[in-house]
Amino acid sequence: MRFLTARKRAEGLGAAHSGTEHHWYMIVSSVGLALIVPIFLFVFGRALGGSHQQVIDTFSHPAMAILTMLLLYVGLQHFRKGAQTMIEDYAGGMTRKILIIAVTVLSYGLIATGLFAVLKIAL
Amino acid sequence: MADVNRGDRPLSPHLQVYRPQLTSITSILTRLTGNALIVATLLIVWWLLAAATGPDYFATANAVVTSWFGDLVFTLSLWAIWYHYFAGLRHLIYDAGKGLEIETAEKLGIACIAGSVIMTIITLIII
Repeated sequence: MRFLTARKRAEGLGAAHSGTEHHWYMIVSSVGLALIVPIFLFVFGRALGGSHQQVIDTFSHPAMAILTMLLLYVGLQHFRKGAQTMIEDYAGGMTRKILIIAVTVLSYGLIATGLFAVLKIAL
Repeated sequence: MADVNRGDRPLSPHLQVYRPQLTSITSILTRLTGNALIVATLLIVWWLLAAATGPDYFATANAVVTSWFGDLVFTLSLWAIWYHYFAGLRHLIYDAGKGLEIETAEKLGIACIAGSVIMTIITLIII
């Protein structure tokens, strides 16, 4: 009889050695997004189809600029991790690795481009 | 012999072996809508970049975004984000270990579908 707890015996034996943090990030970001998405939908929906000046005015407002940047960052991180889970479910081997890298590149590319655009409009 | 099938094992969801049910369909839709929203995100970021660049480039991007194609993408995406929104809230309930009884789970599935349709219509009316 060894004096080991059940947790100690199981630790490090998982296939991936990680994953809880990933799941927890999805929970935290989903709550954050639940707070800001509805506001964005209504403000963006109103700006859509407006003139160039109206769009500039909408996103120049500090609250809307901050909200949009938050949404782009948190939303795309949420997408990156969610898409990664989907890839891990359906693809394996080299395909999986290439797709995960592609999704990561796309997500950070969109974050950087989006933040640059909003900052340029707002400042 | 334990390693005979290494690397060729079935991947997790085994979609092909399950009979479609409200709970599984609403779960699949969550993933589908979440990932499909990247299309609208691409359009929005491009549109913002165009607005930041200047009136000429904005006119080009705005023409695409407000065309029938843009309308189609944004209308479908509006439903997708509301669906994903409600399904995400349902996920939080499930993660808390609640609502997992079959009867409750099916009611939550109907709530996701109904809620997303209603909120899509309300959003379209308001904006």
